[in-house]
Amino acid sequence: MLTAATIAILVVMFLAIIRCIVGPTLYDRILAFNMFGTKTVLLISILGFLMGRPEFLDIALVYALINFISVIGVLRFSDSVEFKHQDQASTKESKQ
Amino acid sequence: MIAIAIVRTKDLLAVVMLTGIYGLLSASFFVVLDAVDVAFTEAAVGAGISGLLMLAAITMTGRTEAPKRHKPLLALLVVFVTGGMLIYGTLDMPYFGSFEAPVHQHVAPRYINDSMQEVGVPNIVTSVLASYRAFDTLGEVAVIFTAGIGVLSLLSLPQRRRSYRLDESKKELMHEQHMVVRIVSKTLIPFILLFALYVQFHGDFGPGGGFQAGVIFAAAIILYAMLFGLDTAKRVFNQTLIQLIAAIGLLLYASVGVVSLFSGVNYLDYNVLADDPVAGQHLGILLIELGVGCTVAAVMIIIFFNFVGRREAQQDANEQNSTELNNSHELKSTELKSTELNNTKQNNREGE
Amino acid sequence: MNILLEIGSGICLLLGCFLCLSGGVGILRFPDFFTRMHAVGVTDTLGAGMILIGLMLQNPTGLVLLKLLMILLLTLFINPTASHALAKAALRNNLHMVLDESTDKGGDKPSKP
Repeated sequence: MLTAATIAILVVMFLAIIRCIVGPTLYDRILAFNMFGTKTVLLISILGFLMGRPEFLDIALVYALINFISVIGVLRFSDSVEFKHQDQASTKESKQ
Repeated sequence: MIAIAIVRTKDLLAVVMLTGIYGLLSASFFVVLDAVDVAFTEAAVGAGISGLLMLAAITMTGRTEAPKRHKPLLALLVVFVTGGMLIYGTLDMPYFGSFEAPVHQHVAPRYINDSMQEVGVPNIVTSVLASYRAFDTLGEVAVIFTAGIGVLSLLSLPQRRRSYRLDESKKELMHEQHMVVRIVSKTLIPFILLFALYVQFHGDFGPGGGFQAGVIFAAAIILYAMLFGLDTAKRVFNQTLIQLIAAIGLLLYASVGVVSLFSGVNYLDYNVLADDPVAGQHLGILLIELGVGCTVAAVMIIIFFNFVGRREAQQDANEQNSTELNNSHELKSTELKSTELNNTKQNNREGE
Repeated sequence: MNILLEIGSGICLLLGCFLCLSGGVGILRFPDFFTRMHAVGVTDTLGAGMILIGLMLQNPTGLVLLKLLMILLLTLFINPTASHALAKAALRNNLHMVLDESTDKGGDKPSKP
């Protein structure tokens, strides 16, 4: 049962990587990143049970936290970057 | 495969995302290989903090990669030759997990067999890191501290009060926008800090330790700074205090060594810190991990604050330059929008 | 009692796996960003919750249970919040995109199925 779950999660992680590489917009990539992080949390907790070492759950906790923080960080920074680009574009247009 | 994608992609934000995924993936490999502490560090540093710092750097420099000016053929050749030689070298290495490997013959048996009696810490990695190889770890902490000093001297701004008149409207907008995220983060941050402390002091028994705890602690504070604005965060965490903490952490580490030196044994030999050698080891490891945690957390916060502060100063300068241009352009664009809207409405009506 | 727990955990794990897989198919096959986000956001939260509950039923003792509960709570908190922030940022950006159509970032439009 646990092995089947591991394989399923690995497949889903692979799909997320494909989307992250292909993904046309930035937000697709962030979405895939978020999904990948969640799946990693699940994978690590399942692996902990498979190997019989439940202290892996600590790592899973850290992953959940770090994942959230980095997604929020990417969003905040991407906002400012977009604004900056539009500012530059608008100044260029107005100069023309 | 991901590495190739990282090199090929031009959009630097996408590169950061791929780097994060690479970090998560390699941490999964470490978990599979049963190297819990390394996976912990990779999770906290590789996937979290380094991505954030790269982002902060990107927002200062711009988003797309500079076009190449020369053909990278020679570099490619060098890389191929080096890689080939490395692969040729691995042919000579013992098989993975083989018992006769020199790594497993030299000092590892002593660590594994004797560390329980000599150090008395259940997590062997911690005892190796903080007791047998304490001098190396001191060097690492010094490197991190030096990095913090470098960033501080390169990027720090003179202390001055900026005019907040321009920022107020934007801040109000931001408050409106990030309502849900702010409330959730506000409830989460205390737990993150608590978890960092747990990692710090649980390092003797399970995976964890000073480095990881410092990074998690810093991540929580960076989250706060991102959501509530840098000025608020700077008001809560005084910058001089943080610099002081960074220095105190390194000093604590070094002074533990000096104390043992004065007691007549080798540098960083903790056996003399208490009557019982094992208790002395415990005390020494605890103090050292505390120093490492303090330094790492403080240095991470310093780096992040300086990057973001520099960026905000840049943005302010840009805004003041382009305010007039923007104003005229905004007028134009609103006119354009209204005409477009009218056009589309007319089209719709015609369609009907 | 024991076999009941086994069966329950097996069912939960299977459901979670199914949800995760459907989310993975969704992120690859759906035509534009918002539908992809819908697929991922919904199935991710529920699937993760199901798998974690299944793991909880496997070993219902002590510290492990507590940690799993913590992860479950964190997932329930974090996933919808991240999805919300993502959707909001994308929506704001998209509105800008619609306004000035001269930019060549055409990826935001739904591609032809």
